[in-house]
Amino acid sequence: MRQSRAIDVSTGLFVLLGFAAIMFLVTQITNREYSWRDQSYRLHARFENVGGLKAGAPVSMAGVTIGRVESIGYDMDLFKAIVTLRIDAHYDRIPNDSDAAIYTAGLLGGQYVGLTPGNSEDAYRDGDDIEFVQDAIVLEKLISKYLFSQAGKDKASAPAAQE
Amino acid sequence: MNGVVGEIAGSVRGFLERVGAMTRFFGQVLWNSPATLLRFRLVVEQVYNTGALSLVIIMTCGLFVGMVLGLQGHDLLERFGSEDALGVGAALSLLKELGPVVTALLFAGRAGTALASELGLMRATDQISAMEIMAVDPMRRVVVPRFLGGVIAMPLLTAIFIAVALYGVQLIGVQLLGVDQGQFWSQMRGAVELGDVNEGLIKGFVFGIACSLIAVFEGYNAAPTAEGVGRATTRTVVVSAVVTLVLDYILTALML
Repeated sequence: MRQSRAIDVSTGLFVLLGFAAIMFLVTQITNREYSWRDQSYRLHARFENVGGLKAGAPVSMAGVTIGRVESIGYDMDLFKAIVTLRIDAHYDRIPNDSDAAIYTAGLLGGQYVGLTPGNSEDAYRDGDDIEFVQDAIVLEKLISKYLFSQAGKDKASAPAAQE
Repeated sequence: MNGVVGEIAGSVRGFLERVGAMTRFFGQVLWNSPATLLRFRLVVEQVYNTGALSLVIIMTCGLFVGMVLGLQGHDLLERFGSEDALGVGAALSLLKELGPVVTALLFAGRAGTALASELGLMRATDQISAMEIMAVDPMRRVVVPRFLGGVIAMPLLTAIFIAVALYGVQLIGVQLLGVDQGQFWSQMRGAVELGDVNEGLIKGFVFGIACSLIAVFEGYNAAPTAEGVGRATTRTVVVSAVVTLVLDYILTALML
């Protein structure tokens, strides 16, 4: 009996360790965050285009991650994407004229939301809207802009060449 | 010429026979599993034998695999100036490949051989026949608990291996070679998805089934001699390794 109890103890220890390892893998190295208490507040930002931004992407200020993109929806009244940002509660003095922009992290990185602080004395509160936003840069738009401007130049110079 | 052809045909036939016998054996094991689950005590004992006793070797090897990965990964990534991606690279390669495969190979070496030689010795010393005479089904009493114990233990061992290996990567990469701690973890979190963790655990589970089945099959069907037990043990390791790697390819192709 004594021996079988010792076996039970080490088996239990092993199983617990196994589940602890699974929990570690699921919570610590994936982008899911399971927090016991939700100490954060939410800000909304409306973008014309969010590009490849995904829920769970970091929100950073001066390169420091201060929160995550909670959800991305579509505002049918303004025809804009509405991005809800969940900001960590201890970053509670972000000036309420700060602007949000969507950037791409490195060549291979994903997109994230960067906040740049403004000059206002007042801070953002839970549920505030971010007024000044800058959309994600869409590569195709840039290319087509460039192509059209080139075509415009060609047209301008083409008649001169024909004459 | 005729002799060579005959020999090849014979060995192909022998191989097919083994595959067929193992499939039949697998069916029997599955058929008897529910009855054994009711006597969970036997399974717990085998979780202890295959899992808890493999813990030390799994953790040691995991630590060193992780540390090597840290060194190699850092050396490689440094050439592109992207050491910060060490966390992502290490986590993904551990979750998807190294973790399940190395754990399965170690499992076959540590637990599989123990199972096979134990069952082989039982066969050689007529304990299995004795059980049959006493109307105890050796399948339910001996084989299936060992199989189920291994199947339960393998995914847990895989998770422990990966977690410890990540600690090893972190130890070398962050503490020793100076990769930025924040970048290491945040890039990892940014790139690793829940599906990747699942992939690792599913692979661990499937390899657990394969390695446990091979071990109990080889042991149970060992020739009842000292030589037979030895051969069964060797075959367990060899067949487990080959089957693990083949299954790994198939699973990767399926889940990619």
